[in-house]
Amino acid sequence: MGNKRYLNFQGYSFMMPALLAILFFTIVPVVYAFFMMFYKVDILSGARTFIGLDNFRKIFEDPKFWASFTNTFRYVLVVVPIQTMIAMALAALLNSKINFSRGFLMIMFIPTLTSSSAMTLIFMWLFNNNGLMANVIEQLFGTKVEFLTNPSLVLTVIMAMNIFSTVPHFMVVFLSGLQDIPESLYEAASLDGANSFKKFLHVTVPQLMPITFYVITMGLVGCFQIFDQAFILSGGTGGPQNSTLTFSLYIYQLAFTSNDMGRATALAFVLGTIIFAVTYIVNKLLKADEVNG
Amino acid sequence: MIRMKKNNKKLKIIVYTLLIIYSIFTLAPFLWSILTSFKTTAEIAAGGTIFPESWSLKGYETVLASQLPTWVVNSLLVALLTTGINLIFNTMAGYALARIDFKGRHVLFSMLLALIMIPSQVTMIPLYIVVAKLGLVDTHWSIILTTMINIGYIFMMRQFFVNFPRDVEEAATMDGLSKMGTFFRIVLPNAKAAVATQAVFVFMGVWNEFMKPLLFISSPDKYMLTQGLNSLAKAYKTATQWDVIMAGALISIIPIFIIYIVLNKYFITSNDQTAGVK
Repeated sequence: MGNKRYLNFQGYSFMMPALLAILFFTIVPVVYAFFMMFYKVDILSGARTFIGLDNFRKIFEDPKFWASFTNTFRYVLVVVPIQTMIAMALAALLNSKINFSRGFLMIMFIPTLTSSSAMTLIFMWLFNNNGLMANVIEQLFGTKVEFLTNPSLVLTVIMAMNIFSTVPHFMVVFLSGLQDIPESLYEAASLDGANSFKKFLHVTVPQLMPITFYVITMGLVGCFQIFDQAFILSGGTGGPQNSTLTFSLYIYQLAFTSNDMGRATALAFVLGTIIFAVTYIVNKLLKADEVNG
Repeated sequence: MIRMKKNNKKLKIIVYTLLIIYSIFTLAPFLWSILTSFKTTAEIAAGGTIFPESWSLKGYETVLASQLPTWVVNSLLVALLTTGINLIFNTMAGYALARIDFKGRHVLFSMLLALIMIPSQVTMIPLYIVVAKLGLVDTHWSIILTTMINIGYIFMMRQFFVNFPRDVEEAATMDGLSKMGTFFRIVLPNAKAAVATQAVFVFMGVWNEFMKPLLFISSPDKYMLTQGLNSLAKAYKTATQWDVIMAGALISIIPIFIIYIVLNKYFITSNDQTAGVK
């Protein structure tokens, strides 16, 4: 009995620092968020008035919300599939018993090391109106493309940037998964006369399913939260013409520019629900697919 | 047989070509930034050259004369301190969850699993209010304290300790060491690889973090490097002084790059450990 109490004491003293940090900086904010959603909060005066579901009504009537909604969904729909496929293909290439694979891996991993702010600045310079990409295109096709000031192109730059910097991370995740696939499966496929491409399609892809699962989930969660790149590229405005306004950027604007913390928290809650729902649905669909073969 | 070999060779050439193309594609933006950082502003504004006409250090001089060195020091101090605190607390918590049979252990574990699902945006604004109430706005403690533990790495350490040999600890306990003593003298030194992995990723996370500094810190002399870079870009962009901006961006990558070269194996192994956990 004494020993049991001793263990409880030990356990909680080991957990105490982590538990305190989680209590103050995660649980208290989460609980607080649940209340704030239903209030109009002014951070400057500290005034709070209960307004029920009014924050949510305002959000859904707001054209800026729908702009951020469309932008974020477009972004997720493009980035997640492309980055998953490129990462998987590169991992398969690196895993195909070649020399210098370690060297290739080291080079390819560099974008993942680079901070989002440095990466964004580098891409802003590449796609600037007198930057490299605009000049190359002008030389080749004779037309001047203005990537960063054209509302229909600027989100594409952010998509490219994100794919560029997250592919290496997921590539390494896939690579560790590839190393667990038994060699015998490939040998059996060879005996059946499968070529390399068929082997990739019929052995590698199905065997990697659990890893793909993880990569897609992490990709979804990360992409829905896109903030840094949009903020830096647009100088916090979400412009031109709201074309880089993402959910997170709009939450930030509501809270710290419009000073409407209640509505911002309500929007964050909407975003959380969307992330949760989409990840759940995608996982269900993928799992169903896996069962059907 | 000969045909197969020939095919194999062809395939190898395709594989190498693709990998080389992607490597060039990866390096190109960085090389272009390096070249830009050595050009003069006049050359950048005129455009049309790939290599600098005359290698100028003006960009680097301007950046080093700005507040950037202060931001580098700020980021280094905050990142090092945060990493140290994370290592001790995450590892202790992971160890307790794996190895100490205390009451409520399983409930705590599932609770942590649930908390990891909450996106940071939901807690961002209330967290700002908590930080403000604690009087931490515009101090580096706002970042250090709100980043002092990481549930993801608590899980990683738990997974690690589940497979950690028990006899080492038992011997230590027999020698009369307390649990805390055993942890710091025996367990921690034996968990080097997992701890190093954690260190590398926590450090990189803090070094590259953008949103928290943006929310919590407002005085330019207290800026973190990422935030400083953003303000640097704002100041020099309109005058097309991209040499200055690129010099700043490149300097910000150097520390992580050095750690990457030295501790390469921890960057690559880490991912399969976290993959199973998250």
